[in-house]
Amino acid sequence: MYVSPGLNKGKNLTVAVTGLNANDNPGPGLAVIRALRAGFGEGLKIIGLAYETLEPAIYLRDQVDKTYRIPYPTAGTEALKIRLQQIQDIEQIDVLIPNFDAELYNFIKIEQALLQMGIHTFLPSHQQLAQRDKVNLGEFGKKHQFNVPADEVVFTASEIDQIANKFGFPLMVKGKFYEAHTALNIADAHKAFHKLHAKWGLPIILQKFIKGTEINIAGLGDGEGNVISVIPMRKLYITEKGKAWAGITIEDEKLVALAKDFAKATGWKGGFELEIMMDDNGSLYIMEVNPRFPAWVYLTAAAGQNQPKALVDLALGNPVEEMNTYKAGKMFIRYAWDNIVDVEEFQKLSAFGEL
Amino acid sequence: MKLKANIATSENGFIFNPATGDSFTSNGIAAEILAYMKSGESEVEIKKKILDHYEVEPNQLERDWDDYMLQLKEANLLDL
Repeated sequence: MYVSPGLNKGKNLTVAVTGLNANDNPGPGLAVIRALRAGFGEGLKIIGLAYETLEPAIYLRDQVDKTYRIPYPTAGTEALKIRLQQIQDIEQIDVLIPNFDAELYNFIKIEQALLQMGIHTFLPSHQQLAQRDKVNLGEFGKKHQFNVPADEVVFTASEIDQIANKFGFPLMVKGKFYEAHTALNIADAHKAFHKLHAKWGLPIILQKFIKGTEINIAGLGDGEGNVISVIPMRKLYITEKGKAWAGITIEDEKLVALAKDFAKATGWKGGFELEIMMDDNGSLYIMEVNPRFPAWVYLTAAAGQNQPKALVDLALGNPVEEMNTYKAGKMFIRYAWDNIVDVEEFQKLSAFGEL
Repeated sequence: MKLKANIATSENGFIFNPATGDSFTSNGIAAEILAYMKSGESEVEIKKKILDHYEVEPNQLERDWDDYMLQLKEANLLDL
């Protein structure tokens, strides 16, 4: 049974969220906010933390109460800390949920400083973050006996030919943080390498292609080897960027067991997403582990396990018990919608860094 | 031949496999057979009902039955 928290009754709760880029390669921010609003109802204030002025969710004023721009991860932890202190002086944030892979390192690094400011987080450790990194995934699989497709990490294009000969085609070419391309021939592989290099830097990961059904699992680990929630979802509609545009919750004990094994092996703390390929024999391959909630995480709330709400409760030290039941057959179908915004709002965010 | 226990069916012939997320639509007679299977009736009992209620030759029913069971098997809906 899931125990709803009593700690924030009668008190307003302020949660800061990043990942407001609800575009065709969406960040999870908006889905996290929606789940929090469904879970906490009135009295919840959402502070958006944005890197760019055109992150769509900034302008959804019924979802995001106030938005502040924050420095890019490359600016370093000191700049981030100073900016968050400025924001905290105004907003008194209770919990902060970072939703980008690329920013996590910095947020973990300033976790204690944030706590001193009164901002709670529920994040994995640097070690946990590193071991599931795409670059280390092969080794991670071997160590914990998970099926992981064979891969090679490359730093120069000259390494591609030899590895492509070994793995064959199709071949997955993956960026360090985001994006993956399915290369059908050597020219495709080189093109993808240069594109990903330019966008995300080095290294690039070449991964053996596994044919099968794409399934994603959203999970929440308590940091002590247990999962609070596991929701498996089968992708029904996949965009050119490989993102699920529609999906459906499914019930399969093997998938739930895999997520539990992952949490146990890593002692994972916080939200995570396992990207799974189920081959024709029913074998499950971990293609990627994302160290945060997925962009479809609102489906977990719709299916009966509100993972973002549970994470906030965990961050605040509220009692949260493992959630064991959910509704299979719950679907999400994403849609695009033109939000109309006056230039004054855009200008305000651009000029003053807040809206 | 038994349907997997968790397969959901509706009167209008919609079939949903919660383990895979697959869904299918079936025509009236196929939906009727599924309903009989779900209620635990045997192959012999179901065939008798079909022969009693529809104008179909036993040979034709056998062929169609085998074909339908093969489709259900390929769709991963049978408990083998």
